[in-house]
Amino acid sequence: MSTAATTAESTSDARSRRFSILAERDINRETYVEEWAEAGLTVTDSPYDPLPGLHIADGQVMEMDGKNRAHFDALDLFIADQALDLSVVEEAMATPSHQIARMLVDINVPQPAIRRLAGGCTPAKLCEIVRQMNVLEMMMGLGKMRVRKTPANQAHVTNWRENPALLAADAAEAALRGFAEIETTVRVARAAPFNALAILVGAQTGRGGVLTQCAVEEALGLRLGIKGLTSYAETLSVYGTEKSFVDGDDTPWSKAFLASAYASRGIKVRFTSGAGSEALMGYAEQCSMLYLEARCLLATKGAGSQGVQNGSISCIALPEALPGGVRAVLAENLLASMLGLECASGNDALASHSALRKTAKLMLQLIPGTDFICSGYSAIPKQDNMFGGGNFDAEDFDDWTVIQRDMQVNGGIRPLNEADAVAARRKAAQALQAIYAELGFPPIREEEVEAAARAHSSDDMPERDMVADLAAADRFLGSAANLADVVAALHRRGFEQVAANLLEMGRQRVAGDYLQPAAIFEDGFSVLSGINDTNDYTGPGSGYRLEGETWDALQRIPQQKSPRDFIDAQIGDPLPNLAEISPARVGANPNEIVVAVGPAYGRSLVKTIGELDHEAVLEALLTGVAQEGFYGRVVRVYHSADCAAIGHTGARLSGSGIAVGMQSRGTTVIQKRGLAPLNNLELFPQSPSLTLEIYQAIGRNAARYAKGLAPLPVGVKVDNGARLRLIVKTTLLHRRETEDVQEKAPQELYFRWEPDV
Amino acid sequence: MTNNKNGDYPLYANRIDSLRAASGRALHDLSLQATLTEEISSADYSISPQTLRAQAEVARSAGYPQLAQNLERAAELTAVPNETVLEMYEMLRPHRCSFEEYQELARRLREEFKAPTTASFIEEAGAVYQARGLLRTDRF
Repeated sequence: MSTAATTAESTSDARSRRFSILAERDINRETYVEEWAEAGLTVTDSPYDPLPGLHIADGQVMEMDGKNRAHFDALDLFIADQALDLSVVEEAMATPSHQIARMLVDINVPQPAIRRLAGGCTPAKLCEIVRQMNVLEMMMGLGKMRVRKTPANQAHVTNWRENPALLAADAAEAALRGFAEIETTVRVARAAPFNALAILVGAQTGRGGVLTQCAVEEALGLRLGIKGLTSYAETLSVYGTEKSFVDGDDTPWSKAFLASAYASRGIKVRFTSGAGSEALMGYAEQCSMLYLEARCLLATKGAGSQGVQNGSISCIALPEALPGGVRAVLAENLLASMLGLECASGNDALASHSALRKTAKLMLQLIPGTDFICSGYSAIPKQDNMFGGGNFDAEDFDDWTVIQRDMQVNGGIRPLNEADAVAARRKAAQALQAIYAELGFPPIREEEVEAAARAHSSDDMPERDMVADLAAADRFLGSAANLADVVAALHRRGFEQVAANLLEMGRQRVAGDYLQPAAIFEDGFSVLSGINDTNDYTGPGSGYRLEGETWDALQRIPQQKSPRDFIDAQIGDPLPNLAEISPARVGANPNEIVVAVGPAYGRSLVKTIGELDHEAVLEALLTGVAQEGFYGRVVRVYHSADCAAIGHTGARLSGSGIAVGMQSRGTTVIQKRGLAPLNNLELFPQSPSLTLEIYQAIGRNAARYAKGLAPLPVGVKVDNGARLRLIVKTTLLHRRETEDVQEKAPQELYFRWEPDV
Repeated sequence: MTNNKNGDYPLYANRIDSLRAASGRALHDLSLQATLTEEISSADYSISPQTLRAQAEVARSAGYPQLAQNLERAAELTAVPNETVLEMYEMLRPHRCSFEEYQELARRLREEFKAPTTASFIEEAGAVYQARGLLRTDRF
């Protein structure tokens, strides 16, 4: 074996420590693959995607995207005959795609102008428009094209045990947190009527007007709606190829009929589509995910659905395995909005192991705002999420509200304090308990109510007889009992407000205002939709602005404190044994060290940021000085609160030319006469980490420098988080010190204390 | 918030006096008291075909013609009983029916349920299913 080969071998055997650590990171638990168009594994640009084109004759589309009508599949026919606005197709197709892309970004072009043109665009044309855009431009477009001016969010509420009291409590909390819609589903299909009832009662306890749904098989879903237990449905899946559509056991016509069936019972409908589903089903027909999604969206529009949940939804990990996948998902949200569809923009299924990657992706929808930022924010912990786990869950509530507060962006979740949450949860569980008692369902015990009020997950709930619940749910579904019986039961048991809210949901169903695009209810059952809350964005100062009462509410997170009493611990009465005696003079004693303190030291402030007594700190410093056989002089600097200036002045006054300069918050420097103010012998900026032992060592080192020695600098453990935790306190302590700054010469202090050495 | 362009939307706020449920019950009579003292059926809190048509008109004037058509089909489907609606949906799923069965379904919608728009929609589906091989087959 040659030497070169040996070297190569040993190099490949020994791993880089850094690369080993990187390999263990969350981001490297995901799968990344190259594009493969033939397998449908390409997000926005497949060489097999058709080019835009359209030919009309006798008021009928004869050719679309390079395909003759004779070769149209069912989806092509549906799009051509139901979705395209033939009055505008010629103009739209003749307008250069890059021009429409620019209109999306141009603040001078209002939403309706683009919406009109988009109505005449074929699937390939829609793709050609958004392909020209980077994510920033897409976000600009999304902010303008979003159907409802006011953004909102949707929650998922489920639990593994199907515990009704916990479902009601979690729904109440989610409603109180501001979610405009709450969706549940089942682990066991037969639990559906009870789960739907539990989140309905919970949601209306938390906040009247929250729309709710239970994701189950269509026939059952419709029955729940008719009974008044749900008010919307969104699991009507559509696909971008005929074969995957048929594999999903539907056609555009069957889905459109179903949409009308739901609407006929007063139930809001949203379709579901998204990048990757066709590839996952094996029928992508070599096309890009974006092109297939454009077809889905036109089918959705053609069917008359008011909206769609897209953004890949449960397939999200597939586009994210590919280059540009997150951009493609944003592109499909934008397409939905361009077409006038309410968009619940994904951010629901678990998309990454990496918190950084999840958050980065979220920004694409959160910052522009969508009709529902998440098509299901898991308002419960992951283990209770029967949709397969959420990308963001109950443990991320505070992260979310802080991000909203940071950016002054409304992501549809309100801050909530613990007492309000527990009270609403308890009331919801009690309301459901009352209904169960009145309607003869298996009783909800007091201990279940109390556990639900304070629970985090179903692990915190007592056991419950699920078999009995399922049998009762069957009977409830089969009986004539309906929303009105639930309302009456609540009323009889004294839950008037919950009863009134439930009844109001029924009354609103009679009016049907929430069937309009992107409709939700604000507080007080005031409907907001694309009809009366139209997105009028035309640049800065227009469109939705987070301001006024809503901004006040979103910034008021329970963790927020008043800064006014932040430094109460440091404020006190002047130290009785630290007296000012005369203006300080330049010392002549080569064995003296000056300890120069800031204007507030021992006067208005009496403790360091680490809450060490100023008196004890002075004692420690002077003890260190004395240990080296030196004498310590204490001087107060008045003209500056700056640590460098205090140390510099001290050194000028020191007989040895060495001084310790110290601010009231404890930041310390060892300074030598003649050095520039911002140069020094040793600097201790991390005042919260300084201990009395360290101050004593600082005193010792100061004296050693004065002796002409070269001591080992005092070691202070670096605490990376100190500045992060204490910056507000630091600011306020410094502000207090600067208040004591005066145009006055340094003063000699008498410190009544003798070192014990 | 309301402007003339939106007609009477929201109907709840602007037309509450004339709103009636599918059963004919006036919205005013759907009260908490009524739930205690009267038999309330699901038709008492179901939307009526008239209201669905009014909402269709709102959608059309706001530039949502397909949603308007959907709401018009929905208005027609209010006449179809729950179980029948589900049966019709099942019939429209791929490979369920013959061409003639779709024609029969359309006839029934037109004559029995006075649902001409939905009937035409079903006929269109039948024709596409025939052209695309989505009619019932005995292959499997």
